[in-house]
Amino acid sequence: MHVAVLVFPGSNCDVDCYKAVEQTMEQPVSYVWHDKDDLTAYDGIIIPGGFSYGDYLRSGSIARFAPVMSALVKAAEEGKWILGICNGFQILLEAGLLPGAMLKNENLKFQCFQSTLTVENNQTVFTSDYEHQEKITIPIAHGEGNYYCDPQTLAQLEQHNQIVFRYADHNPNGSVDHIAGICNKQGNVLGMMPHPERAIHDWLGSADGRRMFTSILKAWREHHDTVINS
Amino acid sequence: MINARVYVTIKQSVLDPQGNAVQNSLHSMGFKEVEKVRVGKFLEIKLDTVDRQEAEKRVRDMCEQLLANTVIEDYRFELEGL
Repeated sequence: MHVAVLVFPGSNCDVDCYKAVEQTMEQPVSYVWHDKDDLTAYDGIIIPGGFSYGDYLRSGSIARFAPVMSALVKAAEEGKWILGICNGFQILLEAGLLPGAMLKNENLKFQCFQSTLTVENNQTVFTSDYEHQEKITIPIAHGEGNYYCDPQTLAQLEQHNQIVFRYADHNPNGSVDHIAGICNKQGNVLGMMPHPERAIHDWLGSADGRRMFTSILKAWREHHDTVINS
Repeated sequence: MINARVYVTIKQSVLDPQGNAVQNSLHSMGFKEVEKVRVGKFLEIKLDTVDRQEAEKRVRDMCEQLLANTVIEDYRFELEGL
């Protein structure tokens, strides 16, 4: 499995994501600069956190017009697995690959600490190594993680089981329905504010993020075997 | 030359944490008559065109595609010149 980590001017979690893929999946991983317009070589794509284009205007609003984003939309349509973390989640929202939008944290503070999440959906390619309703510890670090969508969209998210993570006991940003991460209806695009790539070793404070990466690899191997045997 | 003045604000139905913070501050300063504050963005755009109708269409497209996120924000604009 070949994984791409997209890099925009202002991305700052790209190295963490790259290392996380190396150390958890042990698969080939490449940085892909924002001006590339072809992602056909990759099976999975990670959009890392940071402050792409300085977060000017709105978080992710300028990044969504980068050349690599057309290739990303195409990859999403082809069913490739796309994981957007923090600023990556904001970019996916701005690009319309996930529904809703991000507002400033309710208390206007940059929130940076370990958060406890509930795994609401362990049926996705990103979360199958977790138990349903398992509580996991993954750090957050954001000033604009207050996920918003209108009531109709929220009902649709619920109906199609698209809410993947919720904040378990303390909602750090005021997000609708305590949402921390959602996926698209097809389940191949996931966006989340917490940083699983910062939770891959016990000495980092938690190793609970590892299983996101191992879930993806497991799904890829299962998919690959099916293709070979069919 | 046409100048566009674009205003982008958080929708009335959406919580505006910045607006609330400013409102609370004004209240604590004694401006008790303040009922509501909404914080938004103001953009001035100079357009190299003389066609007002075309300018209106183009600025609307700019707002829809980039300047506002219509999931959470409203926009309005004025054109000046010619």
